[in-house]
Amino acid sequence: MKSRVFGFAAALIGVSVLALGAAEARPLKWAAAGDALTIDPHGQNEGPTTSLNQHLYESLTERDHAGRLLPLLASSWRVLPDDATTWEFKLEAGVKFHDGSALTADDVVFSYERAMQPTSDFKGYLTSVEKVSKVDDLTVRIKTKGPNPLLVNNTSSIRIMSKAWAEKNGATKAQDFKNKEENFAVRNANGTGPFTLVSREADVKTVMKRNDAYWNKAKVPLEVTELTFVPIKQDATRVAALLSGEVDFVQDVPVQDIARLKSQPKLRVNSGAENRTIFFGMDVASADLKGDDVQGKNPFADKKVRQALNMAINRAAIQRVVMRGESVPTGIIMPPFVNGWTKELDAAPPTDVAKAKALLAEAGYPAGFSTTLHCPNDRYVNDEGICQAAVGMFGQIGIKVNLVSQSKSIHFNLIQKNPAETEFYLVGWGVPTYDSDYIFSYMYHSRTGSQGSWNATGYKDAEVDTMIESLSKEVDIPKRDATIAKLWARLKDETIYLPIHHQSLSYAMNTTLDIPVDVGNNPKLKMVSFKGS
Amino acid sequence: MLAYILRSLMQGLVVMLAVAFIAFSMFRFVGDPVVNMLGQEATLQDRAELTERLGLNDPVPLQFARFVIDAAQGDFGISYRQGRKVSSLILERLPATVELAVLSALFAFVTGIALGVYAAIRRDGWIANLVMSLSLIGVSLPTFLIGIGLIYIFAVELRWLPSFGRGDTVALGWWTTGLLTTSGLKSLVMPVLTLGFLQLTLIMRLVRSEMLEVMRADFIRFARARGIPEHRIEFRHALRNTMIPVITIAGLQLGGVIAFAIVTETVFQWPGLGALFVNAVQFVDVPVMSAYLLFVAFVFVLTSLVVDLVYVALDPRLRAGNPAMAK
Repeated sequence: MKSRVFGFAAALIGVSVLALGAAEARPLKWAAAGDALTIDPHGQNEGPTTSLNQHLYESLTERDHAGRLLPLLASSWRVLPDDATTWEFKLEAGVKFHDGSALTADDVVFSYERAMQPTSDFKGYLTSVEKVSKVDDLTVRIKTKGPNPLLVNNTSSIRIMSKAWAEKNGATKAQDFKNKEENFAVRNANGTGPFTLVSREADVKTVMKRNDAYWNKAKVPLEVTELTFVPIKQDATRVAALLSGEVDFVQDVPVQDIARLKSQPKLRVNSGAENRTIFFGMDVASADLKGDDVQGKNPFADKKVRQALNMAINRAAIQRVVMRGESVPTGIIMPPFVNGWTKELDAAPPTDVAKAKALLAEAGYPAGFSTTLHCPNDRYVNDEGICQAAVGMFGQIGIKVNLVSQSKSIHFNLIQKNPAETEFYLVGWGVPTYDSDYIFSYMYHSRTGSQGSWNATGYKDAEVDTMIESLSKEVDIPKRDATIAKLWARLKDETIYLPIHHQSLSYAMNTTLDIPVDVGNNPKLKMVSFKGS
Repeated sequence: MLAYILRSLMQGLVVMLAVAFIAFSMFRFVGDPVVNMLGQEATLQDRAELTERLGLNDPVPLQFARFVIDAAQGDFGISYRQGRKVSSLILERLPATVELAVLSALFAFVTGIALGVYAAIRRDGWIANLVMSLSLIGVSLPTFLIGIGLIYIFAVELRWLPSFGRGDTVALGWWTTGLLTTSGLKSLVMPVLTLGFLQLTLIMRLVRSEMLEVMRADFIRFARARGIPEHRIEFRHALRNTMIPVITIAGLQLGGVIAFAIVTETVFQWPGLGALFVNAVQFVDVPVMSAYLLFVAFVFVLTSLVVDLVYVALDPRLRAGNPAMAK
């Protein structure tokens, strides 16, 4: 009897395995709010662009959905034992481009050099690189200007293209706007990725086919036979397309629709933290603010005022009301998976209106003051709503805030102008290298030609600058981590920024799929396996 | 006649130049393309270099001169966002918008006139009253809401029509058309209804009131007195005289339909010029934005020219210079 049940079960399993093995067409339609800007792998370093391109092109390493660094085209890497400034990467053997040619060290050298050109948008990751050279067909060495212990973290962003293909098609330079010529790679692709390009119509759809000769087939399910990416800009239309079954998987699910989608039996919604923190910045350096009503003084320059503002923010209320639960309130401008993050740093001061008022009075503003807050309205999840909520909270401690919310194209311009044209602003920051150094360099380092480009606060501390600069050269990891901890302790106390929350992401899909939220918001559809159906 | 056309053409040219200038100077204020084009890792140096490479440091009159001279030759530069020629982007998107606009205009024109005439002839019938009340809703509902409403009924609930996009298209040379495939035709239904609805109600109300006006005129009474059959009076005499103002409005509306298809295209993710423009605005893609504005101005200039000509054809009194008619 037992054996018969067992036999029956075995037969059932056999049938289902057969059904899977039959490998019928499994198309997947994927929608997001915006389209990739280009499929030139070094043209634009921007979210939707990266998330499409990774299906066509691959890099030496990759990040999994939780942000962990894994080998991809490089099977292993090391810093040369006798030379701390040189990294050596061993390439996988047997990797083929879509056109059938084999991947060699020449392609890697070519791609890195292409990514370092002035017209490339990825050169920022490789500023420390002095030279990339081939040792043999499957070995590449990257020599840096000084010891760079974290170079490997940046390799997951640099995609490898075929040298011969780029040369043949005149695409050896990353997109260049000066010559008024189109670059062949903008609309054509030849990578080593799990999907090959079938057609690309910008802002309409991009169709990809499974790469049946994919070198890494053994390690990924790769069940999607045809992958179609459609950008749908309108939130309501995007959700409607999922509800009507025209698309299978939707990124950028509007927060207000999550509850409704979750209640649909045929849909699944996955939520999770994104690699992005939302916070306010303010001008802490100018002698006098233009947008406030205090004459001859800058209230933000006083640490007590900044602490009062920080205490006035009711992060739990923002999470509950504005974000409908889809965020993680925080006390630091660094998402949890970044090297240097600790639970203590993440803790925010409790909301305390009375104490905040007392601090303001101590600083000499018992009646508060008025100022202007700049906010984007089309960049982050409910960005304008966050600002509106905060304006009310600041009002409770007597700080009257005049809110100016506008499109990101204008908003970011205010922050990036040198000197900045805003004294109080909202911004969000993601950390693609998963290391604190990235935040320090862009947000805390004083503004110089190559650093502090997003530090619109005017914060400047020579000692902090020196400590930040030391990070990129320190090879002793525990010592480096100690410096990071020291920097954070100091910067958190300074309250240069007012952290709000880590942004959450939601993906909605039909129930045959279970795509986990990717912290970098780059869903990896080679990992999709279908269930049920 | 020729002088009249030449004068219209000259006027058109002046309008185009003015629009070019306004568009060009306006884009100095909408934001900085450089910020959007560089990733978040960009340094201050990178920004300075890219600004230089895009020629944004040159004096504004020089940039404008360069823009006009290039544009006159059909060269609108390279899209900052897509890295492709703007002229080819516009040509690629043109068929989608033209098909949508022409079908909506046709739908609005034919249905609008038919309903308008009906409402005028049977002015006290309950159907006519219902149509008139419904048209009030049509005028007051925003296009956006109509589009979303249609999507929820026909795509989500009934699943009859696709909620977005253009469906399959067939390429006839450089022109792609959705009129020859089932999915293409299905995709057209909702956007055409959405875009045409407002025009329809406007035309209908206009036809009705004009026609009621004409029906009260003396020559209609005389025609009745002469025993001319009623339907002949309605369609030969009254409708013909109603058409002059209707053609004027409808012609200008076609320009408006093309120019303002933006909302409909955004709601239905319709890959036309309006959607191209909206994406360009968010990215401060100046070459695309200025090319689009010039295109819209061009459409308006062209349609008002055509309307002028049709007007002349419909109303012989306007044909100055023709001695037989001048009497």
